Amino acid sequence: MTRSASTPGAKPSASQALLAPSRWRAWEVVAWLALVASPFVATQHAALINEVAILALFALSLDLILGYAGIVSLGHAAFFGLGAYVAALFAKHVMPDPLVGLLLATVSAGALGALTSPMIVRGTDLTRLMVTMGVALVLMELANKFDSLTGGADGLQGVVMGPLLGRFEFDLGAQVASIYSLTVLLLAFVVLRRVVHSPLGVSMQALRDNRLRLSAIGLSVNGRLAAVYTAGAALAGAAGALLAQTTGFASLDVLDFHRSADVMLALVIGGTGWLWGGLVGAVVFKVMHDLLSAITPQYWTFWLGAFLVLLMLVGRERLFRPRRWFGARRQGGGQ
Amino acid sequence: MLTLLFDGVAYGMLLFVLSLGLAVTMGLMNFINLAHGAFAMAGGYILVLLMQRAGWPFLACLPVAFLVTALIGAVLERTLYRPMYGKPHLDQVLFSIGLSFMAVAAVDFTLGSQQQNVQLPAWLQHRFEFGTGAWMLGMGAYRLFIVAVCVVLALGLQTLLSRTRFGSRLRAAVDDPRVAAGLGIPVNQVFLVTFAVGSGLAGLGGALGADLLGLDPSFPVKYMVYFLIVCAVGGTSSITGPLVAALLLGVADVFGKYYVPKLGAFIVYVLMIAILLWRPQGLFTREGRR
Repeated sequence: MTRSASTPGAKPSASQALLAPSRWRAWEVVAWLALVASPFVATQHAALINEVAILALFALSLDLILGYAGIVSLGHAAFFGLGAYVAALFAKHVMPDPLVGLLLATVSAGALGALTSPMIVRGTDLTRLMVTMGVALVLMELANKFDSLTGGADGLQGVVMGPLLGRFEFDLGAQVASIYSLTVLLLAFVVLRRVVHSPLGVSMQALRDNRLRLSAIGLSVNGRLAAVYTAGAALAGAAGALLAQTTGFASLDVLDFHRSADVMLALVIGGTGWLWGGLVGAVVFKVMHDLLSAITPQYWTFWLGAFLVLLMLVGRERLFRPRRWFGARRQGGGQ
Repeated sequence: MLTLLFDGVAYGMLLFVLSLGLAVTMGLMNFINLAHGAFAMAGGYILVLLMQRAGWPFLACLPVAFLVTALIGAVLERTLYRPMYGKPHLDQVLFSIGLSFMAVAAVDFTLGSQQQNVQLPAWLQHRFEFGTGAWMLGMGAYRLFIVAVCVVLALGLQTLLSRTRFGSRLRAAVDDPRVAAGLGIPVNQVFLVTFAVGSGLAGLGGALGADLLGLDPSFPVKYMVYFLIVCAVGGTSSITGPLVAALLLGVADVFGKYYVPKLGAFIVYVLMIAILLWRPQGLFTREGRR
């Protein structure tokens, strides 16, 4: 699928120009090969790779709704947490097979997304921020309330996962776990890559940029919003399920506000509106977290905050493209 | 029963003063400032430090808390906030989350993570009781004091915004900054003063509520949600909206935590979602908002 750049001078036809962004670039293939190879090469960092892959999947799901459909959400942890709890409870009480649990968690998080999607089609950005955050907080209070089921603040203990595909046991070194998470991430990435370049994906971006025009050309705005929100929720549920399955643990922490904030930060660091944003952001965020908390374990949030303030003040575009520091004109209106 | 109601009202009034600055920046200046809780925390810590280390009386600390926080707010507005005014809301949210992360870590680093205690003066520790049985009304002097201060503030601000020259300048600057500037209104200064007063109010609220709400470095994160709820539910175009929302929230929260303690803040969140679904712009809105 890799394609070299079209010969200079020759004008690409309209259909070629439209299809160009959907083709796999050489660097993407290389990056993916490196990612998939990483658990085999850096075996001692497998646990970290696993965490990065999960955060990347989570960020990818947020990118779908925020970067492509323009729905702001401060409560994406609701779906992550639901996925985690469903996967953990299913493994504990019904069946320890990870793949079935993953599927079930994805479907139930998607169902919650579909259920809550009418809430996000109305109002302003502020309303959406509040409602999404409210949903996550409500779920957290519920999980806290029904602590006989969820284990409450102590977490859900005693989740024993079965071997993956009936053969590969989850080991302490997390190698199997990281490969598992990376595979799911790769699958999600490939599917999303198809989706965002499909007519549905293009109409989503049109929706983000101008709702009025989209409805004027006869497309259903609310239907599309609901569809993309459901898809994002399902993916987030899958990420949560991966976390619960690979750590064998779920606690109130998976629904906490800081989850929603972290994933938002990761995505914003990587850049919204392109699929690699979630992946790059997750890697940068986790590595930054690791390095900073090695220096100041307790106060690393200070530097995270400082980085965020700087990023927002200067603008992502300008911060990461140093040649634009000189003589670059100011961009109005941000992204 | 009545005691609970009164406690809820006192709590709501406190939330009102705390969120008012946020309502002003959000509704009038169209800026979502999630670092608002950090200003409230600053006010609380100023009070605690002055009382514990310098031995100042409670009443003297309140204006100082207001002034110092307002000053911090003014400096930050001038240096950091102003470039963010035109940016998209999401950028503002992330920017101010970053600021409050910094504030939390900085306070944790300098003053430690333990809960700070406030020694209330003796005259605020009284308790008045009226009636008997289910209809007994018990009012703590501290809560009564909070309610009184908040009522005065609310009335004063309403007058300030609707009757004075500054109020009309502010509203003009908000409605259309360019035209306002063309008319010779110093828009930047008006915004600066407004932001400073809003931060100062948060500081005052934080100082007033240091005993009722508890004060530790996680304060901005813990109460940010409440402030946002007040603003989102009340709508941000008037003072009445946040006032009603804050009272509603305070009463619902106190009742909820008393009767079904395990559900915690569940009731508040459900109430918020319900109200926002019913009226996405908040309970009270001005027609034709952008």
